[in-house]
Amino acid sequence: MKVKFQKTKGFYDVYERKPGVNKDIIHYCPGCGHGNAHKFIAETIADLGIQDRTVFVSPVGCSVFAYYYFDMGNVQAAHGRAPAVATGIKRTHPDSVVIVYQGDGDLAAIGTAEIVHAANRGENMTVIFINNAIYGMTGGQMAPTTLVGQRTTTTPYGRKPENEGFPVRVAELIDAIQAPIYIERVSLHDSKHVTKARRAVRKAITYQLEGKGFSLVEILSACPTGWGLLPVEARKWIHEAMEPNFPLGLKRDEGPNIEARELQPCNHVFEGVHGLIDLPAPEERGAATMQATMEHVEEAWRNPAIKVAGFGGQGVLLLGLGLANTGMQVGHHVSWLPSYGPEMRGGTANCGVHISTDLIGSPVVADTDILVAFNRPSLEKFEAAVRPGGVVFCDTSLVDVKPTRDDIVVVGVPATKLADELGNTKAANMVMFGAIIGRTKLFTVDEVCASLDGFIKKKKLIPVNEQAVKRGAEYVLEMS
Amino acid sequence: MATQAAKKPARKTRGFIKIREEECKGCGCCIEDCPQKVLEFSPNLNRMGYHPCVYKGDGCIACGICFYACPEPGAITVYQLEEGD
Amino acid sequence: MAKVLLKGNDAVVRGAILAGCRVYFGYPITPASEIAETAAKYMPLVGGTFLQAESEIAAINMVYGASGAGARVMTASSGPGISLKMEGISYMAGAQLPCVVVSVMRGGPGLGNIAPEQADYHQVVWGGGHGNYKNIVLAPNSVQEMSDLTMLAFELADRYRNPVFILTDGATGQMMEPVEFPDAVVRPPEKDWAVGVGPGPRENLISSIFLDGDELEAHNKILQAKYDKMEAEEVRFEEFQLDDAELVTVGFGIVARVLRSAVLQLRSEGLKVGLLRPITLWPFPNEKLEELAERDSVRRFVTVEMSHGQMVKDVKLAVLGRKPVELYRRMGGNIPTVNEVIEEIKRLA
Repeated sequence: MKVKFQKTKGFYDVYERKPGVNKDIIHYCPGCGHGNAHKFIAETIADLGIQDRTVFVSPVGCSVFAYYYFDMGNVQAAHGRAPAVATGIKRTHPDSVVIVYQGDGDLAAIGTAEIVHAANRGENMTVIFINNAIYGMTGGQMAPTTLVGQRTTTTPYGRKPENEGFPVRVAELIDAIQAPIYIERVSLHDSKHVTKARRAVRKAITYQLEGKGFSLVEILSACPTGWGLLPVEARKWIHEAMEPNFPLGLKRDEGPNIEARELQPCNHVFEGVHGLIDLPAPEERGAATMQATMEHVEEAWRNPAIKVAGFGGQGVLLLGLGLANTGMQVGHHVSWLPSYGPEMRGGTANCGVHISTDLIGSPVVADTDILVAFNRPSLEKFEAAVRPGGVVFCDTSLVDVKPTRDDIVVVGVPATKLADELGNTKAANMVMFGAIIGRTKLFTVDEVCASLDGFIKKKKLIPVNEQAVKRGAEYVLEMS
Repeated sequence: MATQAAKKPARKTRGFIKIREEECKGCGCCIEDCPQKVLEFSPNLNRMGYHPCVYKGDGCIACGICFYACPEPGAITVYQLEEGD
Repeated sequence: MAKVLLKGNDAVVRGAILAGCRVYFGYPITPASEIAETAAKYMPLVGGTFLQAESEIAAINMVYGASGAGARVMTASSGPGISLKMEGISYMAGAQLPCVVVSVMRGGPGLGNIAPEQADYHQVVWGGGHGNYKNIVLAPNSVQEMSDLTMLAFELADRYRNPVFILTDGATGQMMEPVEFPDAVVRPPEKDWAVGVGPGPRENLISSIFLDGDELEAHNKILQAKYDKMEAEEVRFEEFQLDDAELVTVGFGIVARVLRSAVLQLRSEGLKVGLLRPITLWPFPNEKLEELAERDSVRRFVTVEMSHGQMVKDVKLAVLGRKPVELYRRMGGNIPTVNEVIEEIKRLA
């Protein structure tokens, strides 16, 4: 006499995690289909010899405690989120086999987004979906799969399409998505269908092990307690009531057309990381720049708070960035704070820059030492905030009014026109940069040119920008 | 509870079923699905208060249908008879 | 070149990668999106994972899964997204899963605006999700700290198996400052409690459910003991000119930068003003505040916040009526200027 069918090793022998005394029996009600589905999964994992690499994700619902039973890695997920949790596991261990187990409330109501998008990404995982047309655990409320007319504790007069809509057909819904490779709806209503269901679960898990992609098996399953039927009657109800609403069968099977591949772990890189993320490598890093002084700068403009403002697209933010970058290279403390968000996307743009020999307190530029205005609204908006003795740089090619204040220094620079003469109007900001340093002596032209590669992304544009900086500096010299 | 009417097994006995009565919840799915009709409810109650399913003692063909029909992981074990058994 | 000029949001990601984080799940939102964008750029280059999730809820649950599988993992968002993440964060606290969540605060409530605010202090520091849990909350006030505290956050998260928040604001996320990075690249520690591949992981369970009342209480006591340890060992703050201060200003994040400028200005005018900047918003520097409140020299406290007054309640709990605690607040995404703060302090001093 030999054993032909017995409890699979995919289950724990004794359910130690289960509270109470009955650690040898599962918690489901008599005739509940969860037990059958569990059996198919546990048996497949054991037969494939993959218990050491399988992670079972339990949902919220009656199967919230599935982790009591499965001898494999177990993760309990929040309601509806199992496909997202599984995605996290799978992306961390692509060589693991992840079983996502969900009920109809979990998958087809609260977790609709998670299942649709895990399917759409074609996550290499197996989703076992138990459809029993009711919320079992919470006591028989309506599920998204509850049939029209079916009475539940929250549809005491029967589900009405005009109020609750029609039952959600999950297999068909997922079949509308391109990425999944295997989708089938099966039933547990009799032994012939139980065999088919078992085969479907096995196939879905095997496909994952072969690296083929996303599978979903929808299992029409009895909830005798929730339905108020005896177990054997409940199985009949699956056949007679559920199956007409949820047509059985294969929706898609791309498995045979996809070549199997061995699952590989992640290859996280920890060597040479600095270079990969655009940071100076430790061995290439020079000594820290010494703190510079500003003694050569006129006192009113030392440690300046600078506001640069204009239309989006005029290179306003980049000029601010250039000021901060050069300041940093020279050895000053700097900060750059942009106006951000929708303002960046057209309309006006401005940024505040601090360049200081001391630690910078507030990065906000309120009282302004240097205002750079590329358009009239900017001049009008920010002129009042300039400190007495401060300086305003105006692009006179575009600003047709003069500042109204008489306690500030005004430097008009036809920056756009000068840039145009250099062959690139977009370099107006760098012409202005040259004018600012030419007038204030914050930096030398050489210092700015040496730092250009720190903020000009397109290297081929560096020569024209260099020219522009020089032109701006020359211009203010000529003017004086 | 009345046992099902005795019915002559259709095929020769080739197996044997052992049922952990303390795990069985008496759902009756195995009884309904058994092609040989060799399973029945026990008149006794188990610790959970169910009439567990029991093997009538003869006629099992070791097909395993009851094993998969049963939602319980370890309630049913199916043995196949070998020569000499 | 020792320093790099970076945005706060960008510095977060580079710090995270140097700290061993190789997995990022997120969803775009202003003013936090550059964190996702930078992660999207660099994670693949270091063999890591970046995935834009379908929602903030999915993102935090992906973080839950990856953390349960042993990864150093992070996500980032702003208030509206953090609201959605709170479900997952409670689950992570319950399941004792480490992760780093960056909240780049914007103006609220509701859709509010995208300018910097500090009005999600209560949401992040006092809870947000359900149940008895705490997160360590780190509040950077410079781009350098955006990186430094992110690196620290991963260490603390793993040390305590707990979510750690970086609570910052739109301005700190968007501004650029020079940053210095360490030479070392951290390899994440092995986690013997995680699921994944192998006979060890097979035995593990990631869960926050304890059906039995006594078991759940016992679990809560374990969590509380952990939180007690954090309170004893992880309080961080910065003192500025407090030694002889008669008026103590309290502010975190970008507000502390405004206060630092104000303190310097007021000191130059002869007013004895100092600044206490909590770096950990939880655990909060209660003992330091108590000590200051006990000093005869300290006459009053002024907290300055970009909210309707949230941290001030923690300050009041610590000061416990020993000295008056005043509030100066701005809302709507307005950063107070140094001058307006100075005026307010002069009025109160």
